Amino acid sequence: MARFASILDLIGSTPVVDVSSLSPKPNVSILAKLEGFNPAGSVKDRVALALVEAAESDGLLVPGKPDQVLLEPSSGNTGIALAMVCRLRGYHLKVVLPTNVSPERRQLLLVWGAEIIDSPGGEGSNGAVRLAQRLSEQHPEWVFLYQYANPANPHAHYATTGPEITKDVPEITHFVAGLGTSGTLMGVGRYLKEQNPDIQVWAVEPPSGELVDGLRNLDDGYIPPIFLDNDGAALLDRKVVVRPRESIEWTRRLTEVGLFVGISSGAIMAGAVKCAATVPDDRSATIVFMAPDDGWKYLSTGAWSDDIDVVVERAKSTIYF
Amino acid sequence: MTATVRIPTVLRPSMGGATTVDVEGQTIGAVLDQLTASFPAVKGQLLNDDGTLHRFLNVYVNDDDVRYLGGVDAPVLNDDEITLLPAVAGGAG
Repeated sequence: MARFASILDLIGSTPVVDVSSLSPKPNVSILAKLEGFNPAGSVKDRVALALVEAAESDGLLVPGKPDQVLLEPSSGNTGIALAMVCRLRGYHLKVVLPTNVSPERRQLLLVWGAEIIDSPGGEGSNGAVRLAQRLSEQHPEWVFLYQYANPANPHAHYATTGPEITKDVPEITHFVAGLGTSGTLMGVGRYLKEQNPDIQVWAVEPPSGELVDGLRNLDDGYIPPIFLDNDGAALLDRKVVVRPRESIEWTRRLTEVGLFVGISSGAIMAGAVKCAATVPDDRSATIVFMAPDDGWKYLSTGAWSDDIDVVVERAKSTIYF
Repeated sequence: MTATVRIPTVLRPSMGGATTVDVEGQTIGAVLDQLTASFPAVKGQLLNDDGTLHRFLNVYVNDDDVRYLGGVDAPVLNDDEITLLPAVAGGAG
């Protein structure tokens, strides 16, 4: 079907592409689920629509009612996706955004009319979450969807991303995705394990904990409530850190198979390669990894064109995940 | 077994400012025990009273989270690199 009543009808049903020529082992296939095909450009379109629809079902938001304000902390993609949805629904969106995201992410928020509230870049996503929580307490009249704790986030993936994967790749043995809010891993992971408990679920994360300023001690740490609510520690089979250099290297290598994807996709591909390396030579495996967005938003980082040492240093002070 | 432990900024004040520490031990538990013996001020930051890992502390052996490799029983091999990182909100949002 190529004719749609609304841009929102294009969310989901993203393609899966075989990139096995980059696999380190001939007995392991690797496939990328290209979430950049969503209309606002990332996997977060699924989450944004689900968060807004859940709030409308609960009566927190009323379509067509004037002067309704939404507040959300985001390092970019959720804010961008929410901005598109809110523009269509007539809600005013305030996004709490760390200052050290790529300029394209900021620009895209403005495209759909969102308002940006800056949070300190050195505090990363932690700082954005803290500031949004404070603002929410000061303004109880604003609707705070809070993707890190909202069950509509993992449910969007349980209801759409997971079934799409088993439909397109029924032979899947491993699923690899990034750990941010944990919504993708909790939703897809739970769905896949229900279909086949032997499917392994791997999480990839950047080493951001080392870089976050303002942590006085470990008790200032943060685990997304979604992760705890879904018993993430029991659901996941492995969790690996992928460092900026590997992330950039694999973002570049993916262009060998024609994929122009964002830096987090490179990081998650690096995780998929680590996963492939654990498969015994006498066993076959099929890994599906999430490619959360396309490369457009990261052109200004020079990720594909500049000297890799320079890009890696730059990435260490930028939120790219 | 000698492993190198990378210390995050937030823990350095309790560990004499060190960025890395070389430690002997065949499991993560043994490595952390040695660290806390050398730097008693950091004990409450690394382990709970029952000997399990602090909930906001992630420990990695060669970038693999030990919670999924047996926790404090995860094996440590010679020349392994162990990284301690505080749990913070991820960036993907």
